Amino acid sequence: MIDTTKSQAMRDAFLAQLLSAMESDERIFFLSADFGSPVLDKMRTQFSDRFLNMGIAEQNLINVSTGLSLEGYIVFAYAIAPFITMRCYEQTRVNLALLSEVRDLNVNLVGVGAGYSYVVSGPTHQCLEDLSIMRTMPTMQVYSPSDHISAAMLVEPCIAHKGPKYLRFDVQALPMLYAETPPDMDQGFYIHGTGEKICIVATGYMVHTAMAVAKRLNETGKQAGVIDLFSLSRFSPEQLKQTLKPYSAIVTLEEGFHGRGGLDALITTFAIRQELSARLLTIGVEGGYRFDLGTREVLHENVGIGANAVFEKITKFMA
Amino acid sequence: MTNSEMLQEKAKWVYQQTLKIHRRAPETRIASSLSAIEVFVALYYGDIMRFNPKNPFSSTRDRCIISKGHGSICMFPILADLGFFPSEELEHVCKAGSFLGCIPDPKIPGYETINGSLGHGLGVGAGIALALKRRKMEQSVFVITGDGELQEGANWEALAFASHHKLDNLNIIVDNNLISMLGFTDDAVSHGSLSGRLTAFGADCKEVDGHDVVAVHTDLVRMKALKEEKPKILIANTLKGHGIPSLENQGLSHVMGVKPEVLDQLLGMPL
Repeated sequence: MIDTTKSQAMRDAFLAQLLSAMESDERIFFLSADFGSPVLDKMRTQFSDRFLNMGIAEQNLINVSTGLSLEGYIVFAYAIAPFITMRCYEQTRVNLALLSEVRDLNVNLVGVGAGYSYVVSGPTHQCLEDLSIMRTMPTMQVYSPSDHISAAMLVEPCIAHKGPKYLRFDVQALPMLYAETPPDMDQGFYIHGTGEKICIVATGYMVHTAMAVAKRLNETGKQAGVIDLFSLSRFSPEQLKQTLKPYSAIVTLEEGFHGRGGLDALITTFAIRQELSARLLTIGVEGGYRFDLGTREVLHENVGIGANAVFEKITKFMA
Repeated sequence: MTNSEMLQEKAKWVYQQTLKIHRRAPETRIASSLSAIEVFVALYYGDIMRFNPKNPFSSTRDRCIISKGHGSICMFPILADLGFFPSEELEHVCKAGSFLGCIPDPKIPGYETINGSLGHGLGVGAGIALALKRRKMEQSVFVITGDGELQEGANWEALAFASHHKLDNLNIIVDNNLISMLGFTDDAVSHGSLSGRLTAFGADCKEVDGHDVVAVHTDLVRMKALKEEKPKILIANTLKGHGIPSLENQGLSHVMGVKPEVLDQLLGMPL
């Protein structure tokens, strides 16, 4: 059971859910690249034969995951997001994305540290490229949940669906969005409010920003819809098309570099393919790598994705 | 015929078949395939590898990860001869519609992984070896790599891991032909004492004349049986381009072509 009484970190909720799945499913094997969580201590003790600390060695983390998976294990590989995506990108490409075309495997890469969520650790630990580089592999499923409930709900599809997957988790405990109504995992997105002309499509942390901005827009008489696209590969195109069709303006909002193949590219291509007539505004991190210190909100305003910056961009776009 | 004579005959036959494949498909990497012939012959004809051509992914097979994939064109005739696929397929290597390409992949019955990119096989093999151990299965894992490929850092992460986890079901064979694409590995980034390095990483390490198929076989028998809670490595000292005088010991043999008439002469007949 997922705890819906109070918000918690995505990884804690996800790992607790995984731990309970491990009790009944002996195929699950967990590998960590020297990266922890209180739940892992329990897992290490309870399932010592299916838990390994791989040390600080992400390339080997992926290759060993492949080997275990070829032998029938369902593997969860766990590390800090920029390292599990970029340090070992070619291992992932060849041994997971490519190999999964010809061999059965199920490897789930769990990366913690979406966007600026390692606020004060600087650009090595901040992760602004992963959405685009991971989704560019056609066999890779990419998930980007927005609270701990939707994160924990990913355990089930990860076990059920073969192939390589990447889960992008925030470090921080974000406010709960799904305590009342759980999202439909097959649909791949959730509608957090219907607008009149504008709809904001966001993912991860930015869903919270989108909701705050929508609230402000509503106060100024501009009714804005919000969609949480938590599954960037396995969503229902037909349902998304029907949801977006009534809008004359679609705004994408992501915590990743702007215009470089992330959510903005996904929705732009989707709009073209589905012949949506809406005007598009894409919002993401502007500029290059930053060494600024400050709260996450300050960092976001500095790069054009804070609530104020987004509100202004949308207001200008709609003027 | 004794077992030794059989292995020697097979090695000669595979050599000829490999030349024929290259004669028809000059895109194939001949030099790095010729250095590994005796290793593959000993593994597959010497009762070392357990395999089932009718069910290539049978759980009772030994797993063979051919990490230096491009340098295993000599495996094509072996796999066809053992019944993994019809021998006629050897006529179509690198041709449209064939599953036999320059860089082998698991679409070829008998291949486990994709190894066109170097430095992946050892880690994947270690993962398989760990899975077999955890499941208490007695099958072995073989990984065929090369001295050039060992320049990739991921190998050393994998070897440290295999030693730490005492993976004595992991058998690594290094085709030590001393040459990568652009010249001698020693001139690029030397391993120094390769066996010294491998031993320091916690492996059992032995060297053999890689073109003496009987000696290779003897060492493979020993290696497979050895269970001393550490990964095992056999360094096969070989010549890149072995059997083609114009290629042997040539720094650029990886990319050098061989004229069709030279191959005809070596085969003793025009194809």
